[in-house]
Amino acid sequence: MDIYDILFWFLSALAVACALGVILSRNPVNSVMFLIVTFFAISGHYVLMNAQFLAIVNVIVYAGAIMVLFLFVIMLMNLNADVEPQKGQLVQLAGVISGGVLFLVILASIKTAKTEYMDKTATDIGLITNLGKVLFTKYVLPFEISSVLFLSAMIGAVVIGKKEDAKPPSKADEAEMKQFL
Amino acid sequence: MLLLQIDTALIIEKVILISVILMGSLGIAMYATWGERKVSAVMQDRIGPNRAGPFGLLQPLADGLKLFFKEEIIPDRSTGFIFVLGPCLAMLTALMTSAVVPWGPDYITESGRVISFQVADINIGILFVFGAVSLGVYGVMLGGWASNNKFSLLSSIRAASQAISYELAMGISLIALLMLTGTLSLREIVSQQHGFWNDGYFSWNFFKQPIGFIIFLTCSFAELCRAPFDLPECDSELNMGYHQEYSSMKLGFYLFAEYINMFISSAIIVTLFFGGYNFPFMDSVQHATLAHPILFTIICILVLLTKIICMILFFMFVRWTLPRFRYDQLMKLGWRSLIPLALVNMLITGVLILWVFKK
Repeated sequence: MDIYDILFWFLSALAVACALGVILSRNPVNSVMFLIVTFFAISGHYVLMNAQFLAIVNVIVYAGAIMVLFLFVIMLMNLNADVEPQKGQLVQLAGVISGGVLFLVILASIKTAKTEYMDKTATDIGLITNLGKVLFTKYVLPFEISSVLFLSAMIGAVVIGKKEDAKPPSKADEAEMKQFL
Repeated sequence: MLLLQIDTALIIEKVILISVILMGSLGIAMYATWGERKVSAVMQDRIGPNRAGPFGLLQPLADGLKLFFKEEIIPDRSTGFIFVLGPCLAMLTALMTSAVVPWGPDYITESGRVISFQVADINIGILFVFGAVSLGVYGVMLGGWASNNKFSLLSSIRAASQAISYELAMGISLIALLMLTGTLSLREIVSQQHGFWNDGYFSWNFFKQPIGFIIFLTCSFAELCRAPFDLPECDSELNMGYHQEYSSMKLGFYLFAEYINMFISSAIIVTLFFGGYNFPFMDSVQHATLAHPILFTIICILVLLTKIICMILFFMFVRWTLPRFRYDQLMKLGWRSLIPLALVNMLITGVLILWVFKK
């Protein structure tokens, strides 16, 4: 057991424990915090594989941007354990079934996955130069298609977010505003 | 059993370096509070702090003591753990960034050992800074939410949306710079700006990316929540801001984190755009001090610190000169002016590199 293994097991235990914390904690804000720690543990795994770029992008995008938006929504809705509506039994049953199906799929994919171990010491495929070269040569088409997908999602968000009944300020409003200026 | 191969000398070296940087940034942040009060006093034709010690130099210590002795209050309806976590996170993320700043050139001892004045030379240096900046929002957000106060919540939401909006323009303005440097490592970026004049042009990135610098600077004002973008602490609308319910040293942590952030971001700006520890005629200075190489290292560190202090003073002058923006003006500036400007800057840089300079 060397330092690599120690870190690996520590990070794995942390990731699993915090992932359990996400679904088990009653308070949504605590769930978000657990999820952030989970992302950090996964970033730690990337660093162990010498994929520093992936690690830091994971932190910036997921922990730094997406989770902030999650927190935003939760804070504004002020969800609490007390006001959380109780779900009906049918919904609970549906949840159990769909969760079980997902679990089955993951199990099947793990069973058929190739168990190739990475060389611990000399891998620099995750460094930014190599990653950039691979992305812009071998996988350039999927890369560009996914960026088009993001663009369309962005435009969609702008269209949805646009107010339809935004009226220009009336004469009376303007007069009122001028008083303050 | 355990095959732990640890270079003890390296660890001791790094521990010393980290403690010096930590103490240094705390000290500079402390005196930045004093400097800010003096600058504001001069600009408003007052005297400023002058009671504690000569020129009021002991004022920061007195302020710190006052904060320590204040009553520690945790509001009844607050979310206890997160309420305490908020200021800790603010402080942690503020101090984290200093790990990747190269504070001086490598020093080679007589026994041939290379001592690096940078805690960690990771090849994603700038992105690490970005990660720390994007995590900095949590301290403010969690603190404001956990206080269970409407004004705190409003203020923390303002801070978070402001930070997210300006991070975009900041990132795009940096892409243009990175296209020029071709590396993310801060150490390499600094060594590329060696001296002052190279190949018939200035070697500092400021002269190669003036628009990028202006965008980056504006965005760092917004990220620091400093005037003219100090909307989260807009007292006429929000009483005091996200730290309204905090008292004693927890409040001190929030206020202090702001000054540490200012110090570190000045260091980053200087490193990226003003050549870090490089200065004009540094080669001849190095030649003159060849007998005592440690002297050259000290000069370099002092040059870097001088540049950082000039940058901090600039931050202060702006704060006491410009009035505060309105919130919609802030958002408009971020989304409708800075982001398109940064995109155009990126395009122009790309075209120039591709067709004019043919790198």
